[in-house]
Amino acid sequence: MPDELLSRSFTIHGRDFERAGEASTEIKSLLKELEIDPAVIRRTVVIAFEAEMNVVMYADEGTVTFVLTDEDIGVEIADRGPGIPDLDLALQEGWSTATDEMREMGFGFGMGLPNIRRNSDEFSVKSRVGEGTVVSSRISLDGAP
Amino acid sequence: MKISEVVNKTGLEALTSWDDEELTGVYISDMVSDIITGATGCGLLLTLQTHKSLIAAANLVDVGAVVFARDKRPAADVVELAEKAGIALFSTPVDTWSYAAKLFELGMR
Ligand SMILES: Nc1ncnc2c1ncn2[C@@H]1O[C@H](COP(=O)(O)OP(=O)(O)O)[C@@H](O)[C@H]1O
Ligand SMILES: [Mg+2]
Repeated sequence: MPDELLSRSFTIHGRDFERAGEASTEIKSLLKELEIDPAVIRRTVVIAFEAEMNVVMYADEGTVTFVLTDEDIGVEIADRGPGIPDLDLALQEGWSTATDEMREMGFGFGMGLPNIRRNSDEFSVKSRVGEGTVVSSRISLDGAP
Repeated sequence: MKISEVVNKTGLEALTSWDDEELTGVYISDMVSDIITGATGCGLLLTLQTHKSLIAAANLVDVGAVVFARDKRPAADVVELAEKAGIALFSTPVDTWSYAAKLFELGMR
């Protein structure tokens, strides 16, 4: 079993664009302080930010749990919200239900979930319609995805 | 290229305080998912987006300076957030393409 070095959790509020990105920013600061490899930080940041923005845009409330061990980084984002009816579709590049308003802000590119998957060494997404969604990622500390 | 050289030679208006750091490249995008994966650390980000999540994304990828084209200006609380995060914000009256051309003429690549 890898040794757990650090764990933190953050609350994300749905539709709160004012505070969107705060959890990811905190995670990045922690990793930077610990002098984690910049490439690993970058991948973690993409995962945390895209998942955080999905909670802000589509869900009611979520929790990001961040765990650092001596081998890897785990990021889990669990939300209470509408859930995703068709996961295969949601994972397709360019597929998005973002509103016009969100698109004007530069969201709704349909690249969030694909980018989370691409930057993870292990990735899973589970969802129940009417209940919520859980996105889990693991990023290994030693090298390529 | 130093931020000061870019500011002086392309006529930027500073919206925050800034340190004269070296800019290593340029990224142009208005899509947040594209910025978070594509923008490079220490580079100049040229964009039309002025909201808080844009600043959060720019900060996450360690962008060196953000330039808003077409005289776009973020709200006061967004400027404050950038100031706290240490991200330099600038505004140019010209459109994205015209500003990109200025950077290219200056020798930015
Ligand atoms: N946490 C979530 N809760 C409900 N729906 C979600 C969630 N995350 C993603 N989705 C759905 O999956 C789609 C694709 O998500 P994503 O790949 O991040 O692209 P985008 O956010 O640009 O639309 C979203 O448009 C939305 O319909
Ligand atoms: Mg998304």
